[in-house]
Amino acid sequence: MMPVRVPAVEGWFTLGDEGEPALLGSRCTSCGTYAFPAEKQFCRNPDCEGQEFETVELSRRGKIWSYTDARYQPPPPYVPADPYVPFCLAAVELATEKLVVMGQVVGGVTVADLAVGDEVELVIETLYAEDDTEFVVWKWRPLAFTEEG
Amino acid sequence: MPDDKRIAVLGAGMHPWGKWGRPFVEYGLAAARDALADAGLNWRDIQFVSGADTIRNGYPGFIAGATFAQALGWTGARVSSVYAACASGAAAIGNARAQILAGLCDVALVVGADTTPKGFFAPVGGGDRKDDPDWLRFHLMGATNPTYFALYARRRMDRFGATEEDFANVKVKNARHGLANPYARYRGEVTVDEVLASPMVADPLRLLEICATSDGGAALVLTSMEFARRHGGGAEPMVTINAVSTVTPTFPNTVIEMPNFSTDSAVAFSGDGDAGAGFRPSITGAAYAEAGIGPEDLDLAEVYDLSAALELDWYEDIGLCGEGEAEKLLRDGVTSLGGRVPVNPSGGLSCFGEAIPAQAIAQVCECVWQLRGAATGHQVEGARVAVTANQGLFGHGSSVLLAR
Repeated sequence: MMPVRVPAVEGWFTLGDEGEPALLGSRCTSCGTYAFPAEKQFCRNPDCEGQEFETVELSRRGKIWSYTDARYQPPPPYVPADPYVPFCLAAVELATEKLVVMGQVVGGVTVADLAVGDEVELVIETLYAEDDTEFVVWKWRPLAFTEEG
Repeated sequence: MPDDKRIAVLGAGMHPWGKWGRPFVEYGLAAARDALADAGLNWRDIQFVSGADTIRNGYPGFIAGATFAQALGWTGARVSSVYAACASGAAAIGNARAQILAGLCDVALVVGADTTPKGFFAPVGGGDRKDDPDWLRFHLMGATNPTYFALYARRRMDRFGATEEDFANVKVKNARHGLANPYARYRGEVTVDEVLASPMVADPLRLLEICATSDGGAALVLTSMEFARRHGGGAEPMVTINAVSTVTPTFPNTVIEMPNFSTDSAVAFSGDGDAGAGFRPSITGAAYAEAGIGPEDLDLAEVYDLSAALELDWYEDIGLCGEGEAEKLLRDGVTSLGGRVPVNPSGGLSCFGEAIPAQAIAQVCECVWQLRGAATGHQVEGARVAVTANQGLFGHGSSVLLAR
């Protein structure tokens, strides 16, 4: 039986079943300010009283603002692989939205493969699995790693 | 500075930092009694108790002001309990100061204490909390506090050419500063080689460069200037608090911060200011403006070295030097004891580890002893002006400016 793919958090990203996966943010219809995760109540711009927001797919590509890794297993509620496998994290600048979004970097990448300014793109990968369910999340993949292998 | 804009620090007290595993109330009580004795005052003289809360010790931690007041014995004093993450201590000082400057009381006691678990700080409370960014960042990304410190450190390396040796040298300096501090948890010299041989935690930060979690307690007795003069008997010279900054960030905050997933978006920003500077420079900026001085007037600073690399960011953020010049300042010895403006003469978080609600108060205690000339073994000679700088999770600035 094929495992079921379920987002680890509801409404934060698309799985790309029809097209390409993307983060789901909000855009204030009054001043244009974006937010991730999406903002539904208030606009963060102190000079804007906007209360209407459209849900938008954020840019799938961006540039690394900074990066690191997690050599030690993070505490719960992180659900680690067993045995634990260190992973990288990156904060990525999205040019259109003028904001920086964090996320894990796809498996198999080490800090030696990363540099500030490198271009990355968003993909969906497994965060953890329980029984027949794969809980998935967004991750950043360096463009240099886009090809299979 | 006019007396209606400043307050006096009559007493300072601390319980030594460590991993004692005892109830946090015990540390707060010991610190409060030391601060009262230092001020030459009795508990019954206190009109306002300002507690800095801890969220890791059950309900008594959420209402710390009353917890400490009960431990000292109910006297009918007015009470306040405040939580502002790492900035809780400054917020508690700010509350006491506002009461005094408003003329609502003359004598206040500020107390913060914590008992901490081992290892990484993890979200508090159980269950799935999918509306809490602090819970979600651990669950969805495995992003610990050192993750964020490491992002800043890597950025310094990329933008300014900071090296692993620079970060290690911050640790070496602070370890040396803390050697003679009786309240410090870690008192031992380390070498650059030892720092660089310690395990990598969050590249490029190593175990010896990341702040530990500690138990500890700190307290202050704060009074109106008029009361301090009338009371007399306090330690000489009298130290005053001339500014307290508890500012929030300004939009758009374009630097990623704990526990967030993203920064603000700058698309709607059209102001004159610098949208790229982030939150930290504004924290001491507000304190300098309130006190009517500038960073060139400082004799020392106590800053929040959550990581060795972050201390270098603070040099620039508090105005000791321009962007990208912190490494030179460190290498030239400017920020070491004996230099022009020693930073973290106490040994900093590097020697203390963090006892969250006590830490910002402890920074002030250190400044008080420095300005009195009483910091035996780690004294900044002739110090007249000192500043503390710190930042609490979710947007809490924390800076206290002291003078004698």
